[in-house]
Amino acid sequence: MTQMKFSRDHEWVRIEDNGEAVIGITDFAQGELGDVVFAELPEIGREVGAGEEAAVVESVKAASDIKMPISGTVIAINENLADSPELINQDPLGDGWFLRLKPNRAEELDQLMDEAAYQDFISNQG
Amino acid sequence: MQANQSAAKTQSQPARTALYDLHVELGARLVSFAGFTMPLNYPAGILTEHHHTRSQASLFDVSHMGRFRIQGTDAMLALESVCPADLDALAPDRLRYSVLTNDAGGVIDDVIIRRAGSDFELIANAANRATDEQWLDERIGEQCRISVDEHFALLALQGPTAAQVLRDLNPGVDELVFMQAAHLPLAHIDCLVTRAGYTGEDGFEISVPIAAADKLARRLLADSTVQPAGLGARDSLRLEAGLSLHGQELGPTISPVEAGLGWTIAQTRRADGARAGGFPGSERILRELKQGPARRRRGLLPEGRAPVRAGTPLVDEHGTVIGHVSSGGHSPTLERPIGLGFIETQALDSNTPVFAEIRGRRVAIALTRPPFIPHRYQHSHS
Repeated sequence: MTQMKFSRDHEWVRIEDNGEAVIGITDFAQGELGDVVFAELPEIGREVGAGEEAAVVESVKAASDIKMPISGTVIAINENLADSPELINQDPLGDGWFLRLKPNRAEELDQLMDEAAYQDFISNQG
Repeated sequence: MQANQSAAKTQSQPARTALYDLHVELGARLVSFAGFTMPLNYPAGILTEHHHTRSQASLFDVSHMGRFRIQGTDAMLALESVCPADLDALAPDRLRYSVLTNDAGGVIDDVIIRRAGSDFELIANAANRATDEQWLDERIGEQCRISVDEHFALLALQGPTAAQVLRDLNPGVDELVFMQAAHLPLAHIDCLVTRAGYTGEDGFEISVPIAAADKLARRLLADSTVQPAGLGARDSLRLEAGLSLHGQELGPTISPVEAGLGWTIAQTRRADGARAGGFPGSERILRELKQGPARRRRGLLPEGRAPVRAGTPLVDEHGTVIGHVSSGGHSPTLERPIGLGFIETQALDSNTPVFAEIRGRRVAIALTRPPFIPHRYQHSHS
C-alpha cells in the first residue's frame, strides 16, 4: 500500500499496488460535516474529471458535494455506505471509503498534498 | 468537500448568552444564530444528542428567545387584537401557544403567551425579536405597556427523565401539567418553571436570573441522565414532533390555517363566537377556516434514504409544481428522511401522487399527518 494524498477539498486518494485509486474524505471533513446519514455515489463505469462533483454526502446538517481529486473511470463503489453511511464518520480513511477509480493520469497525483502538507493546510484553516 | 448551505449566517458581533462560558467549556461547536452565538452541537454530535433527548433528558440553552411583558388594564383586549387566542379563558400561569398575525392573514411570529397575574408574557422566536417588538408597539403600544425582559436566561430540559431530574430539586414540579407555569426555587434559585418545550417530549422551560443561570445549568448537567444538546438536535426533534418553525412552516404569507394551526383560532374568535374576528387578517383566516385554504401543510415521507431539503419543489407525475418542502431532514428515531411541506388543496383532494426531484432524480413522496413521533406531553397529574 502506498501513501495517501490529500486535496484542498478534504478528499483523500490512495494508489494501490495494482494502480487503482481508492477515494474517500478525510477525518477533518467528516468532523466538519457531522453525522452522515446518506451518501450518493456515481455509477460504475462513469468517467469523472479531476475536481468534478461526482458524489454527495448528506449529514444531519446539510448536503455537501464531494469533488474527485483525480480523473478516471469508476470501477467500484462502497456498497456498504447505502445501509451504513455512518462508516464515513467512524472510519473515514478505511471502511468509510467512497469509490475506486482507474486513474487516467498518474501525474495528477503530483497536484495533491502529502499527509504532512495536508495537516499543515487544515491547521491554517481555523 | 463543499457545503451547499451553511448552518447559519455569520453576523457581526453576535450576543453571548449567560451560558457562553459553559458552552465553550463543554466543547460546543458554536454558530451565529439570530444574532446570538449558540451551540449547534456538543462533541457527542447531533444524532447522539437527539437520541439522548428521546431516551433520557437534554439541556438546551434557549436564552436567545425573545420575552415581552404586556401590562395595563387593557392588556388582555390589546393582546387579543393582535392574535386569535381566547385570553379571557386563559387561567393564571397557564400557557397558550398562539400566532401574531398580519393584515394579510400571515404569521409574523408564533409565540407562547402566559398569564402572569394581570399581565401577560410572550415568549417569541429569537429571529423575530425586533419585528415583534415593532409590531406590538405599533398596534397596541398606546393601549398597554410593552417591555422587553432581558434579566433572565432560559433553559429547556427535555426528555422522559426531565420530571425526575427537577423533582429532585423541587417536588413542586409534579403539580405542573403541560402548558402550566409556577414560580419554584430550584437549588435555592428562584425560577419560573413551565412544563413546555418544542421537542415533543415531556419537559420544562426554566427562566432563571442571568447571574444564577450557569450554576443551575451545571447542577442540572450533574444529573447522570442529563446531557447538553444544541440547535441541531433541537431542529431534528421539533421536525419529528411535526412542530412548525417560523421562517419555514410559518411566515408572513402563510396563514395559520394553511400551516395546520387552525386550532390556534379560539372558538370565541371564530365567525359565530362571542368576540369574533378582531385580529389582523381575520377576514382571510376565518374564510379559510370555513372554505378551506388553497394549500395545506403535510408530513412528507420521501422514498429511499436521501433527505429532501427545504425549498425543494414538489411536483405531480407530469412535473407540474404543486407545492414545496418547507423543512426536510433525517429522522434519527425512524432512521429515514422526513419533512414538512405545503401542497395545493386541489392536488390533495384528488390524491395526486407527489414527487420531489433530488439531484435530477425523481423521488416519490408519501404524505402523512404529523407528528412523526407521538407527543409525550404530561397532560394530567401522574
